Amino acid sequence: MKARIKIMLKNGVLDPQGEAIKHALNNIGFENVTGVRQGKVIELEIDGSDKGQVRSELDKMCNKLLANTVIENFEIEIL
Amino acid sequence: MKAAVIVFPGSNCDRDLAIALEMVGFEVSKIWHKDSELDKGIDLVAIPGGFSFGDYLRVGAIAANSPICNSIISHAERGGYIVGICNGFQILTETGLLPGALLRNSWLKYICKTVDLNVETANSIFTKKYNLSNVIRLPIAHHDGNYNADVSDIEKMRDQDLIAFSYCDNPNGSIENIAGILSSNRRVLGMMPHPERASEKAHGNLDGVGFFKGLVEAVSTT
Repeated sequence: MKARIKIMLKNGVLDPQGEAIKHALNNIGFENVTGVRQGKVIELEIDGSDKGQVRSELDKMCNKLLANTVIENFEIEIL
Repeated sequence: MKAAVIVFPGSNCDRDLAIALEMVGFEVSKIWHKDSELDKGIDLVAIPGGFSFGDYLRVGAIAANSPICNSIISHAERGGYIVGICNGFQILTETGLLPGALLRNSWLKYICKTVDLNVETANSIFTKKYNLSNVIRLPIAHHDGNYNADVSDIEKMRDQDLIAFSYCDNPNGSIENIAGILSSNRRVLGMMPHPERASEKAHGNLDGVGFFKGLVEAVSTT
């Protein structure tokens, strides 16, 4: 099956890249943009038929490697 | 006095670090990240700077899951000494041996320059050769040196005197101007500045020498 994992910096953790994107948008005329946060999306294909089991494996992957839970939150979506 | 310098694909300060350690008297072996065991009798594990695995995913994240890292964690659990410089510091936070994380520099630029540092504690083998009233100068070269930790970690570091170095003029947005920290047992140190790039006359700066002399002295008396 296919899964999509969304990883975002936690609220309160400064996101300098998001800030730079916000400034760039403001500078090209989108002055109504007041905040930008940048994250990442990881799509993966994984063998397995039991959604619950796959989800629990994905959760382990996120905690062990894909996200750093000191600074990031993650959301798992099975497609 | 044996030191192991860990080498990852993308490490680029491994040779400099090995030479700085040899100059003060360590017998240095380089260990490839795919090895799962450290040599017997290693006193110090040194994790060098660079861009391990191209900084893919997150700085230090893939390196922190390399086969050698289980042995490094065991070495720390035995009370062994570990130093991580620059990418080495990032890897140590990713393994959980040091708290917090290193984020993209606040002003987004890669910074390569020599900076002034305060030595915040003399109570460690890494810093005991420095006089706390003196500012030292060491090179930095990083894109992701913006140290971040939660309030409780910072309070603990303050209470237990675990901040080793701080920037006089914060270049990267690090919380509390932190440039280097110690573990609770004071035997694991991570820092963004590069003492190995300020350790011989040709470098034009010898402020890093004290760092390595403290290490060799501690190891040779245990």
